[in-house]
Amino acid sequence: MGKFTTYETAWCPGCGNFAILNSLKTALEELDKDPKEVLMVAGIGQAAKTPQYISANSFCGLHGRALPAAVAAKIANEKLTVIVDSGDGDSYGEGGNHFIHNIRRNVNITHFVHDNQIYGLTKGQASPTSKEGHVTEVQTDGSMNTPLNPVLMAIAAGAGFVARGFSGDAKQLVTLMKEAISYPGYAFVDILQPCISFNKINTFAYYKSKVAPLGEEYDPSNKAAAIMTAMEGEERIPTGIIYREDKLDFHRKHNLLKDGKTLIEQERNTKVIEALINRFV
Amino acid sequence: MYNLLLGGAAGQGIDTTVAILEKLLKHSGYYIYTTRDFMSRVRGGHNFSMIRFGTEKINSHSDRIDGIIALNDETIHLHKDKLTEKGFILCDSSLEYSDDRIIKLDMDKKAKELGNLRASGSIAIGAILKLFGEPFTYVEEVMPRVIKKDFLEVNLKAIQIGYDSVEPVFEHLEGPFKDYMLISGSKAVGLGAVAGGLKFYSAYPMSPSTAVMEYLAYIGNVSGVLVEQAEDEIAAINMALGASYAGARAMTGTSGGGFCLKVEALGFSGIAEIPLVVIDVQRPGPATGLPTRTEQSDLKFVISAAQGEFPRMVIALRNHEDSFYQTIRALNLAEKYQIPIILLSDQYLGDTTACVKPYNLEDITLTEPAKEAEGEYLRYRITENGISPRLIPGLTEHLVTADSDEHDERGWITESAEVRNNMMDKRMRKLEGLTLELQEPEFIGEEDCKVLLLGWGSTYGPISEAVSRLNKSGKGSYGALVYGDIYPLPKQNLEKYSKGRTLINVEQNATGQLASLIREQTGISCDRSILKYDGRQISGEEIESQVLEGGLD
Repeated sequence: MGKFTTYETAWCPGCGNFAILNSLKTALEELDKDPKEVLMVAGIGQAAKTPQYISANSFCGLHGRALPAAVAAKIANEKLTVIVDSGDGDSYGEGGNHFIHNIRRNVNITHFVHDNQIYGLTKGQASPTSKEGHVTEVQTDGSMNTPLNPVLMAIAAGAGFVARGFSGDAKQLVTLMKEAISYPGYAFVDILQPCISFNKINTFAYYKSKVAPLGEEYDPSNKAAAIMTAMEGEERIPTGIIYREDKLDFHRKHNLLKDGKTLIEQERNTKVIEALINRFV
Repeated sequence: MYNLLLGGAAGQGIDTTVAILEKLLKHSGYYIYTTRDFMSRVRGGHNFSMIRFGTEKINSHSDRIDGIIALNDETIHLHKDKLTEKGFILCDSSLEYSDDRIIKLDMDKKAKELGNLRASGSIAIGAILKLFGEPFTYVEEVMPRVIKKDFLEVNLKAIQIGYDSVEPVFEHLEGPFKDYMLISGSKAVGLGAVAGGLKFYSAYPMSPSTAVMEYLAYIGNVSGVLVEQAEDEIAAINMALGASYAGARAMTGTSGGGFCLKVEALGFSGIAEIPLVVIDVQRPGPATGLPTRTEQSDLKFVISAAQGEFPRMVIALRNHEDSFYQTIRALNLAEKYQIPIILLSDQYLGDTTACVKPYNLEDITLTEPAKEAEGEYLRYRITENGISPRLIPGLTEHLVTADSDEHDERGWITESAEVRNNMMDKRMRKLEGLTLELQEPEFIGEEDCKVLLLGWGSTYGPISEAVSRLNKSGKGSYGALVYGDIYPLPKQNLEKYSKGRTLINVEQNATGQLASLIREQTGISCDRSILKYDGRQISGEEIESQVLEGGLD
């Protein structure tokens, strides 16, 4: 048994979340991470329960608000390995604004989105990534909205690490997770996952027939090609690291943090405060 | 005591002129109290500041004006009625207005000759100093400290020109306040936060709270406080919670409308027991309301904001001392009880600059989270005083949880009725300790008064001025209780001073929120209300006349 134990879950038997959780544990163990240095952050939803089921520090916050809490925790203490592990409703719906802006902020955290294209916890309404025409008990005539393409959006917004995985391809997923966690900046992985209870369209068989891992010849540093790749999805759904670019993260740019001393290690200096007081005299 | 009004359009440099003038007058020994009244626009409109200065402590602005410095016609028309008989109106020669009290100077023309049109403000400063009989000597001492090197020479020349253009009208008064600080309420909050060990401040810009963020950002590199401008109000408070959980003392700030958006996360702080201080620099509402003006109408909202029940504390800042020391206290109490604490300021206090005794850091100690836990670690351990052992993730061998769901002692989701009860009871028990820490409202005036005024927050200044004027007037005896700690409501002083007295609540809102809170919590009713909600701050003189008009004595 590894360092990261799993606890009893409240997920449906056969849910794609199990495979993602297992891949995450494997990735963390293979990276030789210590549970006490890992902080798992989530919002609300079925996927957002993940931090409860793994032995690491956990911050289970509000719906859609995992990212702001996670980036600030990382800003406070760079030594923590901060991973947001949450769903498509949480990350793209309620938390859409934070998704865009934290790409811009580029704090060194990892963001895994369990993307099952449906709202699971609230029992089956359309999510921001649901296909057009997807009929649910709320979208009774089928979803009329254009689905978001989170991978394309992340590249367009300027993310330095953008990948897509599939819960049914554990070997690739572990590799993607390890790469993402090791990437020095905001790393985003959209993970396709069937919801066996509420999504009868994007089933395991559906994904299995469409998912196409990118080959070795694919160059993730070519942004134009990455955008074209991200736009695919009808015939085949490419998985793997779709875009990767080196860029300075928040800590390397910030005056208070760039020398490596964490924010919580900065000491309150009475002399400085006295000097600040004196400026007003 | 003197009162000067500087008015003009936005963009004419009123703020800069006022900032220089008030420093010069303080250096001369005066106590300064400067209020700012401005419109929600970048250029044009009518903005003004009032500098009140004297040789004793000043708590509020005055409606009686000794001198108007008018940068446009409108300023004269809007304010001349409040000018005293001996008062003056100083303006540029180009203004077409005649009055016995007018002093016209060629400010713009001479500033142009000096090669810098903006120096006309300094010509006015020079004239003011002379009119009030100030010596010229200290101008050379102060100016290099308040003005950039490149502009120093031209401004010194301009002040000299103004100084030489007029003759003294008023007498210089000898005051002992040269070594006092001159600081705005919002900067005092920022400075208090730094002294209180703040590490992280996140906010979304919103008037009038932005002044706190700007000041913290301005000193960020020296103070070691990281200021992050969030993408929205919700991000701002959730960031503060993430930083606080990870061990950085954190705070977020906003004004009423922004607080509305933060409400869910306020409750999150309550159930997850993450220390947090939120400052609400109030402005009139609802919705966008009057963005640059003042009101005290968020009290009832912030004491009940967020669904469900959890312990919290609300502290209303009364003045520039509170703004510093109570911010430190709030950060400490938030840490000690692991609760959200809301500081209520408002535009009037936030933007007003006043003299205060230099802040003293000697007695300040900071409450820190535990370093390590003994035995099995339970983040939400059920304890007698309701406070559980908070450790910082990564700095301990133990794993640290935080959960917005109801949870068990480990921090794991639960729906157990028994655990729910135990957790609710545990959290609510914190109030027992917190109640013992409450500071009673300050009593001002005559112990055996017949009329007791009740107020909270920034009306402290106007109310204390009113009480002092009323007692001097010989028309009865007056006292006041002004609340700082307001929720939970301290009750001892109220019970002591309210018996057999006429009670009048003085508030900057339309419904009398303090009176309502007092009635709800103690059964004590006020006999009368003096309420103002036009966005302008009530003055001591206004309170005085309304008390007397009411005929209760």
